[in-house]
Amino acid sequence: MKKSISLRGFSAYRLWAQLPSLETSHLPDVIMFAAGIAMFYGVVTVGRGWFGPFTPSVEISLRPWALPAYAGYSLLRITVAYLLSLAFALAYGYIAAYNLRAERFMIPLLDVLQSIPVLVFLPPVMLAMVALFPGRQLGVELGAILLIFTGQVWNMAFSFYASLKSIPKEMRETATIYRFSAWQRFTQMELPFSAIGLVWNSMMSVAGGWFALMVCEMFVLGSRDFRLPGLGSYLQTAASAGDTASIVWGIATMVTVIVLLDQFVWRPVIAWAEKFKVEQVESTDAPGSWVLNFLQHSTGLSRIRQKTWRPLSERFLLHFARKHIADKPEEPTAPWREWVVRVLAVLALIGIGYGMVRVTIILSGLQKAELHEAALGLGATFLRVNLALLLAALWTIPAGVAIGSNPRLARIAQPLAQIAASVPATALLPVILLVLIRLGGGLGIASIVVLLLGTQWYVLFNVIAGAMAIPTDLKECCSVFRMRGIERWKKLILPGIFPYLITGMVTASGGAWNASIVAEYFNFKGQIYTTIGLGASISRATDSGDFRLLMLATIMISATVVTVNRLVWRKLYRLAETRFRLET
Amino acid sequence: MPNEPIIEARAIEKSYQQPDGTRIQVVGLTDFSIEPGKIIALLGASGCGKSTLLRILSGLAQPSSGALFWHGKPLGGQAPNVAIVFQSFALFPWLTVLENVEAPLEARGVAAVERRKRALRTLDTVGLDGFETAYPKELSGGMKQRVGFARALVVEPEVLFMDEPFSALDVLTAENLRGELLELWLNKKMPTSAIFIVTHNIEEAVMLADRIVVLGRNPARIRSDFNVRLSHPRDRKSSRFVELVDYIYKIMTEPDVEHALPDPESTGEIVVPPGGLKRTQSLVRTTKYQILPHARVGGIAGLLELLHDRGGREDLFRLSEDLVMDVEDLLPILEACVLLGFAWLKEGDVQLSPQGAAFADADIQARKVLFRQAALEHVTILKQIASILKRKSDHSIADEFFHDILDEHFSEEEVQRQLDTAMNWGRYAEIFDYDRESGRLTQTEAPLGEIAEHPAENENPAPTPKA
Repeated sequence: MKKSISLRGFSAYRLWAQLPSLETSHLPDVIMFAAGIAMFYGVVTVGRGWFGPFTPSVEISLRPWALPAYAGYSLLRITVAYLLSLAFALAYGYIAAYNLRAERFMIPLLDVLQSIPVLVFLPPVMLAMVALFPGRQLGVELGAILLIFTGQVWNMAFSFYASLKSIPKEMRETATIYRFSAWQRFTQMELPFSAIGLVWNSMMSVAGGWFALMVCEMFVLGSRDFRLPGLGSYLQTAASAGDTASIVWGIATMVTVIVLLDQFVWRPVIAWAEKFKVEQVESTDAPGSWVLNFLQHSTGLSRIRQKTWRPLSERFLLHFARKHIADKPEEPTAPWREWVVRVLAVLALIGIGYGMVRVTIILSGLQKAELHEAALGLGATFLRVNLALLLAALWTIPAGVAIGSNPRLARIAQPLAQIAASVPATALLPVILLVLIRLGGGLGIASIVVLLLGTQWYVLFNVIAGAMAIPTDLKECCSVFRMRGIERWKKLILPGIFPYLITGMVTASGGAWNASIVAEYFNFKGQIYTTIGLGASISRATDSGDFRLLMLATIMISATVVTVNRLVWRKLYRLAETRFRLET
Repeated sequence: MPNEPIIEARAIEKSYQQPDGTRIQVVGLTDFSIEPGKIIALLGASGCGKSTLLRILSGLAQPSSGALFWHGKPLGGQAPNVAIVFQSFALFPWLTVLENVEAPLEARGVAAVERRKRALRTLDTVGLDGFETAYPKELSGGMKQRVGFARALVVEPEVLFMDEPFSALDVLTAENLRGELLELWLNKKMPTSAIFIVTHNIEEAVMLADRIVVLGRNPARIRSDFNVRLSHPRDRKSSRFVELVDYIYKIMTEPDVEHALPDPESTGEIVVPPGGLKRTQSLVRTTKYQILPHARVGGIAGLLELLHDRGGREDLFRLSEDLVMDVEDLLPILEACVLLGFAWLKEGDVQLSPQGAAFADADIQARKVLFRQAALEHVTILKQIASILKRKSDHSIADEFFHDILDEHFSEEEVQRQLDTAMNWGRYAEIFDYDRESGRLTQTEAPLGEIAEHPAENENPAPTPKA
């Protein structure tokens, strides 16, 4: 990731890093041991639930005691989905980077898949998974996991691919001239080189995972009611019961989980990934993490690593190296392989063609009125999304610049903005709707508020980062020439934050389209609130099992997002990268 | 003398396919061999294809035609035992010094204990003991390159290739490292039987090499190839050393003139190997289109002023020494001066022309007029641009047009550099304006001479994006 949104720690935790060294302490070992036992217990419990019979209506308890377990379930879903995404991203990126023929198809495909709002996948994925595992809770679980997966995987795959493509030529030549085996190349060059990009994209992916999870833990498909125990379903249940205390508990738990994740997972990982930075000189303020210090000082862990990881990796390394050396020089690809590839390609083409024909047949049955409605919906959602973006930009630009130009304020506001940004809009959705409907605002306004909530934080903290990055000499130059007010904004501030603003807006735009699907149609205490929009069409089609309308709306929304990305955002992005880049 | 070559390239040639189907030749038909017991230096201006030649010889790249022989046997797939030291060091930043040096041994399946022993021994040789657990980014440039050496030497390569190994280092560090390299080599502490070093630093080549090969460009071909018989340690100030450096300067700056080697009678230690100076006969299609040297107007003006101050004539070697500039940096500026008719090269000297002297004397506006005249007289692409802009009704054209013209003659990368230079010159000469965003060239509105009446020019300078 290019953007330098530095993750600043929370000041209270900073003290941890200054605690006396833990070099000789056995405390870490004891804690690690306990952690192992706790983990085992967790696995057993979850296993019992997953493989148990399907319980059509899981009772979601609103007691606060239930929350830790619910949070654990939600976290577990995200973790499993993340691991799947990582494996898939590595494979996809690797093939796309090294197979020229595949690259030509895989990268545009990635681009399209990345632009499709995740929640569009909700109905088909769920139905398919439940059909695959009838009578088992596993089906719904897998459906949720797969849905999170579809929201996480694309940007990671793209990041890995882009990293592989940007490995410096001389580094590659080193691997070639010293005859690295594929395994050694992967573990010592490709994976480390991609590490930083993967870490940042993992963080974004997991945030996206929470977003999808909040919705897919509890939803209605036609007459069927699917529920999974988790934070998302807790919040939804609490909101429809109008139980304010439970809502507060739920949101507090959510924020706690996100902060803990940040402290115990992301910050240690970022601090650890620092060593993979390709830089000539050590940077002065490298990110640190007290958890990482703690782990690195655990003598037990390092002993375990000595005894297991080291010999294992050594054995792998030597095995592959010896095999690689013994290998005959590369033979031309066997003709049968060529044929297999060709047959597969033809089969894929036939599959695509068949799909296209079916879709056309389905769509050709559409009534004029339906088309009319969908077009109207597209227009409404389009306006709503862009209005939300505009509103977000209007307040975040002045606020962000004010915060960014005041270092003391920035130190406090930045972590807060980050927490706010990491709380998925979908988690707040039931609450906001509840409040607004009570106030009598109706869903038309409520949906814009939801979209705004889903978008503004990204824009805000990018603007803060941008304002902080404006070089002091340029600011001084403006002061010398007495540039103030509008002149200063036009000549210095807006061009200065432009690249950051665009980065924030791109992310925000994706988030807004995503949120529109849930924001425009809401089932509350058995009553349905809805407004005109494509998102509403998708939800309604899902509810009533109208496959045709679902298909049409999905295609329209995807096509719009892809088109807008290509025509607007990508161009702006390029402009930001070239003309508005501050070169050192 | 065991003179059977370790690596022998017969009739190799390298060319790239352009998107439009034409082929651009980067290395012309070449025979070459690396014999044991020698340090061979390959000299050439930047972008002349010397790195490509190194990559072909080391087996990293395949020649488009011709064959490579390893101890007389064709090199079919089996990897020769060679190592490369890179200009950028190419160390893995996430591995410690020790792990970096161990990596090539790991690739050969050497077990842990033996691996560590050999790596530590090599680190000791290059003077890095004590730094085993450091990460590369903690080290200075010189130290990093020592790691690069250690990593190369640890596999005991038969031929050690070096691609401008000292170019990224400061002068003193480079000098120190060069000395140590030579010491290891002369004392036979290096487990290699030949060293092949690519450089653009003439003195470095004369300092180190037993054999020097000078490469011409477009496409790369051997222009001169001779043994150096000066004894070590070599003295930079000795007349033989200077004579040799001067000679190489002449070959590099005046490619079209045949230069005799420094007289073997007087130096007594320089020998022309049989066939050395002979131009390789080839079916080379030399580029017909004029190549612009990549020099900025500022550099050209600076050099002309300097020459003018010194009476209009200067020895090239002295010039580069006084400016502390590599021939790599100086050469394009010199070539640009010659191309524009501001100077001549003669016998290793550079001589200011009357136009050049006038330019050096002129003020800012007059310089633009002189530069414009020279550019429109001598620079093909600027001539073309000017005449097209004049003829077109809207006096403007997309830069892609010239992209396409140049595409037929140069590689993609070179096209970009040619255009960048042309844009720099043309904008300065006020032949056209160039809007980078729209990619359009427009005829400059106010013709020269009326410029002075446009004070806006100075108050509100157009933002010129850096190339």
